[in-house]
Amino acid sequence: MLALQDKPPLAAIALLYKGAFGSLWAVQDCLIKAVPIFLCSLGVAIAFRLQIWNIGAEGQYALGAIGATWVALQFPDLPWFIILPGMLVMASIAGGIWGLIPALLKLHMRANEIIVTLMFNYLAILFLDYLVYGPWKDPISFGFPMTREFSASAIVGKIGNTSLNWGLILCIFSGLAVWIFFRYTRLGYELKASGENIRAAKYAGLPYNRLVMLVMISSGALAGWAGFLEASATINRLQPSIIVGYGYTAIVVAWLARLNPISIGIASFLLAGLRVGLENLQLELQVPSAFGGIMEGLILLTVLASGFFIDYRIKLRKRS
Amino acid sequence: MNLELVLPLLAAAVQSGTPILYATLGEIFTEKSGILNLGVEGIMTLGALAAFVTAKLSGSPILGFLMGGFAGAFLASMHGLVCLGFQGNQVVSGLALTIFGVGLADYLGTPFIGQLAPGFIPIQIPILSKIPLLGSVFFIHDSLVYTSYLIPPIMWAFFRYTRWGLGMRAVGECPQAASAGGLRIIAYRWAGVLVGGYLIGLGGAYLSLAYTHLWTNGLSAGRGWIAVALVIFAFWHPGRAIVGAYLFGGVMAFQLRLQATGTHIPSSLLLMLPYALTVIVLVFSSWRGQGTEAPAALAINIEPSE
Repeated sequence: MLALQDKPPLAAIALLYKGAFGSLWAVQDCLIKAVPIFLCSLGVAIAFRLQIWNIGAEGQYALGAIGATWVALQFPDLPWFIILPGMLVMASIAGGIWGLIPALLKLHMRANEIIVTLMFNYLAILFLDYLVYGPWKDPISFGFPMTREFSASAIVGKIGNTSLNWGLILCIFSGLAVWIFFRYTRLGYELKASGENIRAAKYAGLPYNRLVMLVMISSGALAGWAGFLEASATINRLQPSIIVGYGYTAIVVAWLARLNPISIGIASFLLAGLRVGLENLQLELQVPSAFGGIMEGLILLTVLASGFFIDYRIKLRKRS
Repeated sequence: MNLELVLPLLAAAVQSGTPILYATLGEIFTEKSGILNLGVEGIMTLGALAAFVTAKLSGSPILGFLMGGFAGAFLASMHGLVCLGFQGNQVVSGLALTIFGVGLADYLGTPFIGQLAPGFIPIQIPILSKIPLLGSVFFIHDSLVYTSYLIPPIMWAFFRYTRWGLGMRAVGECPQAASAGGLRIIAYRWAGVLVGGYLIGLGGAYLSLAYTHLWTNGLSAGRGWIAVALVIFAFWHPGRAIVGAYLFGGVMAFQLRLQATGTHIPSSLLLMLPYALTVIVLVFSSWRGQGTEAPAALAINIEPSE
């Protein structure tokens, strides 16, 4: 593919690798990018477990960023131990509501959640555009669409003298929580069971509707956290460039990891690596960033196809 | 509101509804065979690029249009390979197809951004365009719009009266019975995927050859997903797809005009209109429907037999 455009393919792979994992700085960059991917993907995976096709992580992430930004802009003078939890809570509420609406429409109006969550992505992103071009625009931004920079207390701090922020710890905790939830709690078991066979679960008296709502709220809230961390820790304000397709990468990650929280951690790191490496490739060889989409799509298609060899065993037989 | 304002708007609705119509019809065709292809957005974008590049290099828009379809069928064949060959999850495979198709089109299309290609120009049909009201809405377009008028009746007749059409419906409703009846179900599903992909690709080709005549990234802008929603709105009937497609074409055209007149409504809020309408239309048609209009075996893979 690269060779088609006169770019050396093998050197490109080396550059990709070097850019992503070649230095301590690069690995830190991967971890920073892995945080939002991980949180979105965790949310997506919870929903997919119940066979609810939540494609809306992108929009829930945007709403989370909007919710957190609202708190940061309204109460800039509060101390950090009040404002940061406030932002986290608002991000969960905003993201959670953005997930709950499609769930309600699905349960009460039989509306297909794939399309509704997808349309909600477009709506959320346009709403974000509206806010940063209009009411929330920074008066001293020289016309750039962005909000004021957050006050210092509204910014999630860095761990020690690395460039990593405390969001990473939040990730580890939420990942563990989800893992424990599925493995050791009754509700987690009910959820898995309902995902395997909806009709059987309903027949067994499991609260399917409540499970769907719960799943979509937590799925949206997790993506909302990702939006909060990205706005607060990485960019320190809200601007349109916060939308970079993490919500879609999250779907690739979730499926790659077969919906397992621990594997999601590894897969998010790898796909974050792909993104960071591609940025390097872009600088060195002027490869368009859309190459990432091609890689992600191909990875996902390959994983889907190879699932066949896990689920079925090929038996060679003589033709009779 | 007077007629001089309304008629051009309706004509514009037909024009901007046409790519959605092609895509919706393609998706109906695929879904009738029991395969859910959520890659419409990716297929349209890649079809648009293939059509654009072919028309630019060969100078022939017709060749470009046909190539757009082939590119669509090619991308759809990957969905077929994953779902029919390897029993992959149809929902996720379709999403992968969209990520891949949009990425590929953006990647290959980067050198062409902002360039123009020869496209289709409107032809007034001599007698029909003189019909009062209807003429100036339906018969002042390019030849691709006229082609799209022919597809719904053909599809309707195909599914209702022909042996293959009935076979395909049987495969979409109950593949086990169809298989017992001696139909080659995998072949029917492949046909559904490829022909549907071809039609969706044509919808993309319309975007770059007749709607804009130039290439930009993200040309499809969610039209593929709107098409997926319209399949549900249309209850899988080709005829109702026309209504839905022109409704959305109308909203898009209306929204563009409103922006052009320089209203005080911010453009990002206006751009929300088609997406919000999609949700509303989807919710109401799902609510009103019985839930039994979809092919019964939609998105269910055929397990390989012993």
